[in-house]
Amino acid sequence: MRIGERHQASAVELDMTPMIDMAFQLISFFLFALNFAGADMDERIRLPISELAKPPEAPFESPITLQLNQRGLVFFAGEEMAIPTLRSALRREREFLQYRGGDPAKATVIIRADARAKTGVVQELIKMCQETGFEKFAVAAKQQQGT
Amino acid sequence: MRIRNTGRRQEGVSLMMTPMIDIVFQLLAFFVMTFKVFSPEGDFNIRMPSAAPVAAKKTDDILMLPSLKVRLTADAQGRLTGVYLGENRMNNAAPFEELRRRIIQIVGDDAGPGSAEDSEIELDCDYNLRFEYAIDAITAVSGKIQQGEIIKLIDKIRFAPPRAS
Repeated sequence: MRIGERHQASAVELDMTPMIDMAFQLISFFLFALNFAGADMDERIRLPISELAKPPEAPFESPITLQLNQRGLVFFAGEEMAIPTLRSALRREREFLQYRGGDPAKATVIIRADARAKTGVVQELIKMCQETGFEKFAVAAKQQQGT
Repeated sequence: MRIRNTGRRQEGVSLMMTPMIDIVFQLLAFFVMTFKVFSPEGDFNIRMPSAAPVAAKKTDDILMLPSLKVRLTADAQGRLTGVYLGENRMNNAAPFEELRRRIIQIVGDDAGPGSAEDSEIELDCDYNLRFEYAIDAITAVSGKIQQGEIIKLIDKIRFAPPRAS
């Protein structure tokens, strides 16, 4: 029986260039698609839908985001709290704003309220903000698909 | 003089690709894991100057700004039961469409003195009303979409004081 001639195993060269190209293209895509504004968006809140909801043309001045869930609890500064306990947190926010030289009357309170929340609770929230010195408000809605 | 030997074969500079590929893939993994798809959000501006806005207003402003009142009523579950513009009840089949139509009749949709830009609307909602209906009302009074463009109606919107629950 003839034993096969042993060939010297030649190194298989893998062409890495297309893979690196693709990896860089993917990184570029994710970098451009990175949405920093999404940090304020809480997925637990199901926003109401509106055909006129368009992202603002200019960013709000000193925005303060309050997230109101269906049960009437507010997420603010990483904490979940009932509306009566929010007052002290809002006062601290106002004082911090004033310390930085800002004007609470010019700050915009963005209210991201759940579609199923009670309107009366939203009104109470606005009233509390008014009593704390905030005057400008914006209520958030999700953009209707297809508009 | 000795001439340098230029015919010597140059050794190839080997570029270590492995660390670069490692870090590229780590970056890729980071972005893939943190990537979230968000639907675009918009905001409606609500003007609520202070806790006692009427006292602070100038008489001229009150005369110049025709204030309209929209009342939304709800049942115990928060479902919408009625939409009123002033004293007029809107058609139950499509209340917000009718509300928008009547708003256009009253204030018009063209810019200029005495037009929609100068008008103000007050939303008076039942405590239990689900917030999505309030947004529907705000949408109806604040604009309409015509051929893909937003035609603005009333920009000054405020809430009435909250009703008792």
